[in-house]
Amino acid sequence: METLYAICVGAITTGGVFLVMRGYTFAVVLGLTLLSYAVNLFLFASGRLVINGAAILGESEQYADPLPQALVLTAIVIGFAMTAFALILALRARSDLGNDQVDGKTEIHDELPQKVRRQGGDDK
Amino acid sequence: MTLMDHLIFFPVLLPLLAGILLMLPPLHGDLARQRVLAVAVNASLLLVALVLLGQSLTHGPQMYMMGNWQAPFGIALVNDTLAAVMLVLTAILAIAAHLYACAGDDSKGPFFQPLFMFQLMGVNGAFLTNDVFNLFVFFEILLIASYSLLIHGGGKQRTQAAVHYVLLNLAGSAMFLFGLGMIYASFGTLNMADMAYKVAHLSDENIELAKSGGLLLLVVFGLKAALLPMHFWLPRTYAYTSTPVAALFAIMTKVGIYSIWRVHTAIYGDHAGELSGLAINWLWPLALMTLVAGIVAVLASQTLKMLAANLVIVSAGTLLVTIALNTPEATAAGLYYLIHSTLLSAALFLIAGLIQEQRAQAQDRFVKGRPVSQPMMIGSFFFIAALGLIGMPPFSGFIGKILILQASSSVLEASWIWAPLLLSGLTAMLMLSRAGSTLFWRAAGQPAQETRANPLQVSAIVILLACSPLMVIFAGPLSDLTVIAAQQLHKLPQAIVVATEVTP
Repeated sequence: METLYAICVGAITTGGVFLVMRGYTFAVVLGLTLLSYAVNLFLFASGRLVINGAAILGESEQYADPLPQALVLTAIVIGFAMTAFALILALRARSDLGNDQVDGKTEIHDELPQKVRRQGGDDK
Repeated sequence: MTLMDHLIFFPVLLPLLAGILLMLPPLHGDLARQRVLAVAVNASLLLVALVLLGQSLTHGPQMYMMGNWQAPFGIALVNDTLAAVMLVLTAILAIAAHLYACAGDDSKGPFFQPLFMFQLMGVNGAFLTNDVFNLFVFFEILLIASYSLLIHGGGKQRTQAAVHYVLLNLAGSAMFLFGLGMIYASFGTLNMADMAYKVAHLSDENIELAKSGGLLLLVVFGLKAALLPMHFWLPRTYAYTSTPVAALFAIMTKVGIYSIWRVHTAIYGDHAGELSGLAINWLWPLALMTLVAGIVAVLASQTLKMLAANLVIVSAGTLLVTIALNTPEATAAGLYYLIHSTLLSAALFLIAGLIQEQRAQAQDRFVKGRPVSQPMMIGSFFFIAALGLIGMPPFSGFIGKILILQASSSVLEASWIWAPLLLSGLTAMLMLSRAGSTLFWRAAGQPAQETRANPLQVSAIVILLACSPLMVIFAGPLSDLTVIAAQQLHKLPQAIVVATEVTP
């Protein structure tokens, strides 16, 4: 189970890191969301994985560490707020700067056809 | 329990309550009342911080358990001399930045005052907490307030700078959580004192995990403190945001420095066995390169605010060098320099704001333009701030630099430190004298319009600048204080283990 879990977290993190390195704010926000999912799973595993264990003492034979679950809860709440803020900021940047590049310049960093980019991007 | 026992929590509680009150009907939308409440809160924060400093000096480090949970399990706040000094510094800076903002900058958006309070809450909490996860939470509070303060007032450049700042810090937060996961998996605790106790007894399989966790935290704190490969966000963020916010942000890089002290100097300190000095090998080259990069950036600055922002990088580099030295003497010297550089770079931002207002189109760019309308006053402010930042006697920068040079003189790497450190003073002198002569002497025509500096703005600058000579007059007691703080930090693990009897 540990191996499968590790592979899942690793795959999501990889996707997140890849998207964070893109040039568009939307892709970056998606990447940050993926990263925060990966982080939540990772934090959950930091108390070691236990099967059939309740997080309350005396409820079952084995018991799971309750602290990581509390940490994940906090991380989820904060992650939500931050993602919402980043999305609004990305929209604001899109309207203020006239494009959705992270550095605010109109250069095209990706291989998308220029026409498609122009229609949505360049509004001087 | 009396009220005094709960005093440790007040630097977090007061701004929280004030921030909420400021958004509720009788105060919301009424700027005059908001200002009065915020000024009162700032003043009481200074008072509380001073009392806490006194307590930490007379009684030693004190621990406050939130909700009365037992020591390693609940969240603890610790008031030791280092934390109390940082609280006093934050309170002084906040009073000045807030006074300046009250002259008009706070009216450009509806939520400046509450956001300012939440920012203070996050910073104070980060200084007080003794729990690494709680540190993360306070980081997020201060960050989300700073995101909104940064774009306060709006404008293209601010949005652009904010996108960088926000996205970088969100990635940083994700890394922080990864690091915390590793630390919890290896230490089994998130309480700093408990971690410091357990670090020497980690089992072999956990050591690598603890090492990666610690280094990930170094990356996150380095991002906040503007450590070399992660300092590129700083100049534009600080230069493009509104003046009082830039002044308040002078404490933000120091939060990163402080966290490195707490985690890497105290927990991964000399007692940590195989993990001791985890960060030092990385900090040596990176800190020196940060210093050099800051010097180059200072030489290339085109506006006074950009110059001030680049001087913040130089001071961050200097402080990181003192951390890399890893002795109580160096930490004490670093703390003195930290207080000085925070106050004076904030003052320089405020002066740049005044110049921007009075020079019309030329703003604070280093070009020939109309003269400022109050050249005598602003000029002498600039002169004092510049002398302090360069490190000329009789101002505090001189003593700060001397202390750092003294602390590093016995080390083998002294020559590596002295050259960039002295060079940074020379370049600061070069650029600040060029800035001063361009801004004040190469002027043509009449002053743009009769803009007079608001008395609130003037008093804000006077408060910050007055700290510099005061730090020289009381250099003796102040450096004694920093020595106590540094010794507590380096001996923190043992001290807290004794104080709370944390059982392993």
